[in-house]
Amino acid sequence: MKIDAKDMACEQLNAAIKASADRKIEVTDVVGQRYIATACSDKEIEIHGTPGNAMGAYLDGATIALYGNAQEATGDTMNGGEIDVFGSAGDATGYAMRGGKIFIRGDVGYRCGIHMKAYRDNKPAIVIGGRAGSFLGEYQAGGTIVVLGDEIGDKPVVGYFCGTGMHGGEMYLRCDRIPVTLPPQVKAEQIDAIPSDVKALVERWCKLFDKDVKTYTGAKFFKLTPDSENPYKRMYTSN
Amino acid sequence: MSGQRMIDSIAVMRERSNGLGGGFAGYGIYPDYKEFYAFHLFFDSKEARKETESFILRHFEIAYSSEIQTRKIPQVTDEPIIWRYFLAPLSRKLADSHLDEREYVARCVNRINVCIDGAYVFSSGKNMGIFKGVGYPEDIGAFYRLDEYFGYCWTCHGRYPTNTPGWWGGAHPFGLLDYSIVHNGEISSYDANRRYIEMFGYKCTLKTDTEVITYIIDYLVRKRGLTMQEAAKVIAPSFWATISSKSEEAQREETFLRRAFPSLLVTGPFSIIVGYTGGIMALNDRLKLRSAVCATKGDLAYVASEESAIRKVEPDLDKVWSPAGGEAAVFELYDKEGV
Amino acid sequence: MQTYIYPEYEVVRDRAKCVNCRICERECANGVHRFDEKLKVMVEDSAKCVNCHRCVCMCPVHALKIVKSDDTYKLNANWDNRTINEIFKQADSGGVLLSSMGNPNTYPIFWDNLLINASQVTNPPIDPLREPMETQMWLGSRVVSIRRDAEGKLVDTLKPQLKLSVPIMFSAMSYGSISYNAHESLARAASELGIYYNTGEGGLHKDFYKYGANTIVQVASGRFGVFREYLDTAAAIEIKMGQGAKPGIGGHLPGAKITADVAETRMIPEGADAISPAPHHDIYSIEDLRQLVMSLKEATDYKKPVFVKIAAVHNIAAIASGIARSGADVIAIDGFRGGTGAAPTRIRDNVGIPVEVALAQVDQRLREEGIRDNVSIVAGGSIRSSGDLLKAIALGADACYIGTAALLAMGCHLCRSCHSGKCNWGIATQRPDLVKRLDPDEGARRLVNLVTAWKHELEEMMGGMGINSVEALRGNRLMLRGIGLTDRELNILGVKSAGESM
Repeated sequence: MKIDAKDMACEQLNAAIKASADRKIEVTDVVGQRYIATACSDKEIEIHGTPGNAMGAYLDGATIALYGNAQEATGDTMNGGEIDVFGSAGDATGYAMRGGKIFIRGDVGYRCGIHMKAYRDNKPAIVIGGRAGSFLGEYQAGGTIVVLGDEIGDKPVVGYFCGTGMHGGEMYLRCDRIPVTLPPQVKAEQIDAIPSDVKALVERWCKLFDKDVKTYTGAKFFKLTPDSENPYKRMYTSN
Repeated sequence: MSGQRMIDSIAVMRERSNGLGGGFAGYGIYPDYKEFYAFHLFFDSKEARKETESFILRHFEIAYSSEIQTRKIPQVTDEPIIWRYFLAPLSRKLADSHLDEREYVARCVNRINVCIDGAYVFSSGKNMGIFKGVGYPEDIGAFYRLDEYFGYCWTCHGRYPTNTPGWWGGAHPFGLLDYSIVHNGEISSYDANRRYIEMFGYKCTLKTDTEVITYIIDYLVRKRGLTMQEAAKVIAPSFWATISSKSEEAQREETFLRRAFPSLLVTGPFSIIVGYTGGIMALNDRLKLRSAVCATKGDLAYVASEESAIRKVEPDLDKVWSPAGGEAAVFELYDKEGV
Repeated sequence: MQTYIYPEYEVVRDRAKCVNCRICERECANGVHRFDEKLKVMVEDSAKCVNCHRCVCMCPVHALKIVKSDDTYKLNANWDNRTINEIFKQADSGGVLLSSMGNPNTYPIFWDNLLINASQVTNPPIDPLREPMETQMWLGSRVVSIRRDAEGKLVDTLKPQLKLSVPIMFSAMSYGSISYNAHESLARAASELGIYYNTGEGGLHKDFYKYGANTIVQVASGRFGVFREYLDTAAAIEIKMGQGAKPGIGGHLPGAKITADVAETRMIPEGADAISPAPHHDIYSIEDLRQLVMSLKEATDYKKPVFVKIAAVHNIAAIASGIARSGADVIAIDGFRGGTGAAPTRIRDNVGIPVEVALAQVDQRLREEGIRDNVSIVAGGSIRSSGDLLKAIALGADACYIGTAALLAMGCHLCRSCHSGKCNWGIATQRPDLVKRLDPDEGARRLVNLVTAWKHELEEMMGGMGINSVEALRGNRLMLRGIGLTDRELNILGVKSAGESM
């Protein structure tokens, strides 16, 4: 099914997507419509244009391919499915996501993957092609964040305060050195080869965005992990 | 029908008032000026009148104005200066205001009553007029020479004031545009109603139940477009338990109205008669804590607190009944325009 | 250095009555009581006692009582015992002081300075036992357009609302901060009463999905357990922006309380800390709140009202005005006396304002802006009785949340030690041996009793003032008079002084 979103209000567009009997939906001329495919579980949606905030919030199994840039809060509280952004994404991408995958060809804004968590077999993952803004993986409690540093020139692969409050999950940064000071509870180790599940994520990213697999999977990465799941244990005194 | 019939009728119920307020509303009494808003005003002083007239001139064209002719009688004393103006909104001002005409007029009335010290508009409808003051109603009727007015519908009221002092503006009927309301009882929901209705541009300056009920009816009927019957279901709805025993359609309607306008539910004892162009509505609180009797004789309908007041002017009635609590009794002319 | 702190409360045992049955020993998770094999008597260590009164209630011969200790440092009006002890604790540990339940300090309680009206002569009181009396309330937006169908009948244009049989709901308390049995008690009582309980931010246990029609699910900054089914199951969704006990800070459930079951409900790994960030990181301004409100509505097909819960803070009226324009249907205001499973003491005791003034200001502000119909207002943060409830409604609340009162009904004795996780009453604990002490049948029954009793009292007081529907009480501030308040306080509360007529 094809939907021309030109001049459509956000409620109208979302209602049309929900009402579609087809599994595959192509939406064109999207400009600013928010909450596209919210909580959607059973569709393959191709979007052309610039959707509004909170695209794919609470996504529950559907896939979204966006040919354009994403704004803020993409994949907010996402539970499953996949979002592929053939451009860059804004702040708070993948906030509190618990499952599913987000692939971004370009950069992400501030606070990507904040409070990402894992649950049973749900291992959420975000693969960022370019670089990430500050506070990447703040409060991260689970899942995997990969930053590939593709086409970023001499800019640092992540911004400041990376991994603040991180207490679970892992981050992989493709770079030669960690460009920022990490919080004390986060441990960084350089690894020669990424584990197979991360490799699969990178391969998927390469395939999606037509990149040379070896350039990325063969590179050196830093692996960031927290050293405690209970970072604040000793902070309080019973009163 | 002249005002004299009403004077005769209400005199029967002298026991119900205490001489601190009486008043009448007559509909169809100004056929010669029926296209104009008839403003009746009380002024405390000449200065107040001057200030008001300069306001009126900025907003209206005055078709005719004069002091209202009264008859000096010993029972009525300390009267304010009482004037009448027949007005049409200035078309340019009205257009600039982006308001519909009635809203424009209502706002002007509100402005005078709130902003001009010593001036009070107590009647502002077309082809109708309110006449009221401090005294027993039959004396007030004589004072205003109501025997000389003829109309198709009259309401009147004798007051026994409770919460607010007896003053000329505080007597009933209370009016806004062509709505006039007489009310008996004391409502317990007053401040809930007041604080809600004031959200919509009304200002309850008099602090009386009648004033707030008038605004509620104006809001629901004029501004929101409900019928009188629907407005009655907001003001005096059936209890939830009663609603649930009604037909599905009635349940849908009454539940919607209660859920949409819960703050306009009026509790406590009241019986009201609302006069408007072309009709009247009588309504009791839902527990029927006040009395009301309706009657018909041919084409004429009567509503009163006591049957005796009706029998006094029409001993031979076709039908007499008491409407149930919360059940609106609406009587309208065949032609609602009142011509 | 030895900084022994003498216990604030002492366990006193009447040895003449004690039969050494050792029930107190079994009942105390804090290890206060012990049988001395040599002396053949029960002995007690008051230093471990949290004064939860479990042993006092369970002692079959009433041999136990707990008294305030008369041990004291040299009396000092500025440096009281508590303040000194807190310094000692912090010097010992370097820790942030952590407390539980609501602010216990001696701030003014405005409820106690408000008096209720009654009818005399001009208006009849109503006898609620024999005359109809309505406590039913609908919560949500009341903005309607008047439209008619082809036959001229009114079309229902209301957004979804919640129907309450009585304007009381159980406030948000998460599974994790309180026990499975406590949650079950609340859920069952809410169902039976025709009201709602609130999951708090800890997700909704699978066993309780069947109470969905009486459940408000919370979406907090940690988004624990938030997924499609969770949202779909609920009657309404509450976005938690803040909590009265700890405005401006997030939540932190220590890993020790994240048992397998709690972890599953929160959808996180077992034993890992559950941290709720202070803000929602997708909400940095009011327009972002609208984004979350609308995305939740979109996710649930606009079928459920969305609440926004905020802590009562200084600028609350303006904040509420923004929320009322965000698409939210209900604003829940939580006063600074509100309870908590754990909060830094300094925050709990110093941050925020009383719900009475917050409620009065919010209601007034929304009316002044003509947007009171956009939202319903729910007040919480120490509603202690039906008197407080009635006063809150007269000030302008559509309904009240009760948390502490509900916990008390289930057996809580306000020992304020929830953060220890060793609640002897089976409420604020995840230890299976303690949890089972709270029988959900009994818990639900006591909650139903409490709300039913308050409903009767509310009806009595409403009847006294000649009001037979709670809708006519809401915002009816002339039914209140202030006593012992300054002009400014009266003004802020929007009530007249006792003795002043209409």
